[in-house]
Amino acid sequence: MTPSDREATGLLTRPDDLVQLLDQSGIRHANPEFDRWIADVDTDALIALHRDMAVVRRLDAEATALQRQGELALWPPLAGQEAAQIGSARALHDDDFVFSSYREHAIAWLRGVQPHELLSVWRGAAPSGWNPFDKGMAIPQIIIGAQALHAVGWAMGAKWEGSDAASIAYFGDGATSEGDVNEAFVFAASFGAPTVFFCQNNGWAISEPVGLQSNQPLARRADGFGMPGIRVDGNDVLAVLAVTRWALDRARRGEGPSLIEAVTYRMGPHTTADDPKRYRTDDDLATWRERDPIARVHALLEASGADMEAVDADVKTAADRAAAELRAGITAIPDPEPMSVFDHVYAEPNSHLERQKERYAWYLAMFGDEDGGAR
Amino acid sequence: MTTITFGKAINEGLRRALADDDKVVLLGEDIGTLGGVFRITDGLKAEFGEHRVVDTPLSEAGIVGTAVGLAYRGFRPVVEIQFDGFVYPAFDQIVAQVAKLHYRSRGAVRMPLVIRIPFGGGIGAAEHHSESPEAYFTHTAGLRVIACSNPADAYVMIRQAIASDDPVVFLEPKRRYHVKGEVDLDANLADARPMGVATVVAPGRDVTLVTYGALVQTARDAATAAAEEGVSIEVIDLRSLAPVDYSTIEASVRRTGRLVVAHEAGEQGGVGAEIAASITERCFEFLEAAPVRVTGHDIPYPPAKLEQYHLPDLDRILDGVDRAMGRPNSLSEVEA
Repeated sequence: MTPSDREATGLLTRPDDLVQLLDQSGIRHANPEFDRWIADVDTDALIALHRDMAVVRRLDAEATALQRQGELALWPPLAGQEAAQIGSARALHDDDFVFSSYREHAIAWLRGVQPHELLSVWRGAAPSGWNPFDKGMAIPQIIIGAQALHAVGWAMGAKWEGSDAASIAYFGDGATSEGDVNEAFVFAASFGAPTVFFCQNNGWAISEPVGLQSNQPLARRADGFGMPGIRVDGNDVLAVLAVTRWALDRARRGEGPSLIEAVTYRMGPHTTADDPKRYRTDDDLATWRERDPIARVHALLEASGADMEAVDADVKTAADRAAAELRAGITAIPDPEPMSVFDHVYAEPNSHLERQKERYAWYLAMFGDEDGGAR
Repeated sequence: MTTITFGKAINEGLRRALADDDKVVLLGEDIGTLGGVFRITDGLKAEFGEHRVVDTPLSEAGIVGTAVGLAYRGFRPVVEIQFDGFVYPAFDQIVAQVAKLHYRSRGAVRMPLVIRIPFGGGIGAAEHHSESPEAYFTHTAGLRVIACSNPADAYVMIRQAIASDDPVVFLEPKRRYHVKGEVDLDANLADARPMGVATVVAPGRDVTLVTYGALVQTARDAATAAAEEGVSIEVIDLRSLAPVDYSTIEASVRRTGRLVVAHEAGEQGGVGAEIAASITERCFEFLEAAPVRVTGHDIPYPPAKLEQYHLPDLDRILDGVDRAMGRPNSLSEVEA
C-alpha cells in the first residue's frame, strides 16, 4: 500500500508492508521514509546494537540455565526477540517511561536494571526487582495487557503537565485479545496520549498461534481507533529502532499514540515450564533461525569492512562479564526475612494487618533461635 | 455549620480537594459537563477545567487502569464508577493492580486512588444499579474500604480518602444522597475523626448493633423503636469496612454482651460474617448470646418491586435484636 492508497482507503495502517531495513542475509535496503530515523547509526553505533543483542542473548541463556539448575523458580526466555527489544529500547529517552510485560529483560537491561534485580522475582525472593522511578520502567506485568492502560494514564498525565516525555507499552500478540489493551487504545486515541503501543508478535501466546487471536495483521487493529499502525520486521534492529523513533517523535509532537507490530518469533518456550515441542514444528524453528536478528547485523558489519575479530572479542568480553555478574547476582539475592511478608501491603498503618503481624511475630518467637533466631 | 445534602457534601469535599492539591484529578463517565448521573461532581469541570475533571470513554477498566498510570506519574486520581453493578469490568485493575502495586513494588509505587462507588439499593432502580459489592473489596489486601452514612462524614471522609496514600474504595449509599445534615465546611482534616475509626451514633446498654452506609439511619430508627419496648440498643456506624475498628466494637460488646450486625449485602462471606467471627474470637467470654447477622438475602439483587423484601428494614433489624436478646423472634418456632 502506498501513501496515496492510504489516502484513498482512509486506512492509516499499511498491513501488507513490513518495514525492513536489514534483511535476513544482512543486506541493507534503502527506505526513503525510515532511513532518516537511523541516519546517526554509524558503524560504532551498529556495533553497539550488535553487542547489546548478543549480551542479552547470553544473559537470557544464563538465566535459562540457572532455572534448569534450580536457582530460579521460572524464567520466560526472550531468545529471538533481541532486535525487537533492543531496537525499541534504544529509541527511548531517559524521561520516557516503560510499562512492560514479563519477557522484556532486554529493555530492563538497557534501562539500567542490574542482574540480581532482574532475577530476584524469578527466584521467588521478592515481589519486584527494582524501583520504577530509578529506571523509568514500571515493574513487569504478569496480567496480560493490564499495563497498556497504565502506560496511557501515565502519558495523559505527562501531556497535561506539558512534558514532552512519552510512555511505551510492551505486550504480546495474545494481549491484543484482552479488553484492557483495546480500552487502552480507546483512551489513548481519545485523549491523544503520547504513548507507543509496542506489540511483540512472537507468534505464540503460550501454545496458541497468533492466528487464533486475529485473522488479520495485528497492526490493522489501529485503524479502528484512528491511530497509525505499522508492521515492522521485529528481527531487524535497525527497522525497529527507526519505527519506534518515528512513533515516539509523533507522540512528543502531540500527534498521539501509535501501534507498532514487531513481527518476530519466540525461539524458546513461553517459560521454562513450557514444552513448545507439543505445538510447533522444527521446520518453523529452522525458518526463523534463518531470520536471526543478531546474525544479520553481524553479516552487515562484516560486509561493511568492520574489524570482526575485534567485534567478536568485544562481544565475548561483554557477554562474559554480564554472565558473570548474573551468576554472582544470584548469590547476592538474600532469602527474605519471614516477617517481610507483611511489608508494604499498605502505605499507612492498618490496624487489622498490624494485629495479624504482631500475632505471627509471637508465633515465630516460640521457635526461639533454633531456626535462625527470633526474626 | 451549614445544612446541605449528603451528595452536596461529597461535591464540596471534592471541590476542596481539587483546590488544595493540583495533583488531584477526577475521572469518570458523565462526571464533567453533566456533573455525574447523581450530580456529585456538579460544577467541578467548569471550575477546574477538563484536565482536572475528566469525562472518560465508557470503560470501567479503562478509567481505573489509566488512573493507575496517572498515580505512577504522581497524580491522585479520584474515579467515579457510575453504579455499583458496573464495577466488575474494572475488577482486575482494582484487585490485581491498584491493591497490589505498593506491595509488588516494595513500597516504591504509591497508589493514592479513590474509587467512588454509589452502592446499595432502595431507590427502585433497574438491575445492576443497586448492588452491595463491598465484600469483594474487603477481601482484597491493599485496599481500604470506606462507607459513610451522613453528610458531615461524607465531606470529611472523601477528603481523607483522597489524602490517603493507600487506595480507598469509597462507598456512597445512594439512597442517602438527598438527605440533609449539618456540615462544617471549614472542618480541619487534622482535627477530624480518622476515617478508620467507627462511631457510636447512639449509646445503649443491652445490645450492640453494628452497621454502615444507608442502614445506619435504619438502625437508629430501630434503636428508637426498641427503646419504647425497654430495649437499649447501642448503634455503631462502622465507617471503615477494611480495616474494621474492632476496639470500638469490642468495648461496646463487653458492656452489652450482645452483637447484631446488619447490612444490605448478602449474608455469605459478608462483612457481617467477618465481624461476628472476629468478635466471637476476641470477646467470647463477654457474649451472652451468639452474634446475629441481619442481611440481604443471598440472591441476585431483585427487581425494584421486590427490593423491600430483600433489604433489611427496621422490623428485620428489631427481629435480629430479639434473637440476640433471646426474645420471641422469627426463628423461635423454627428452632423450637
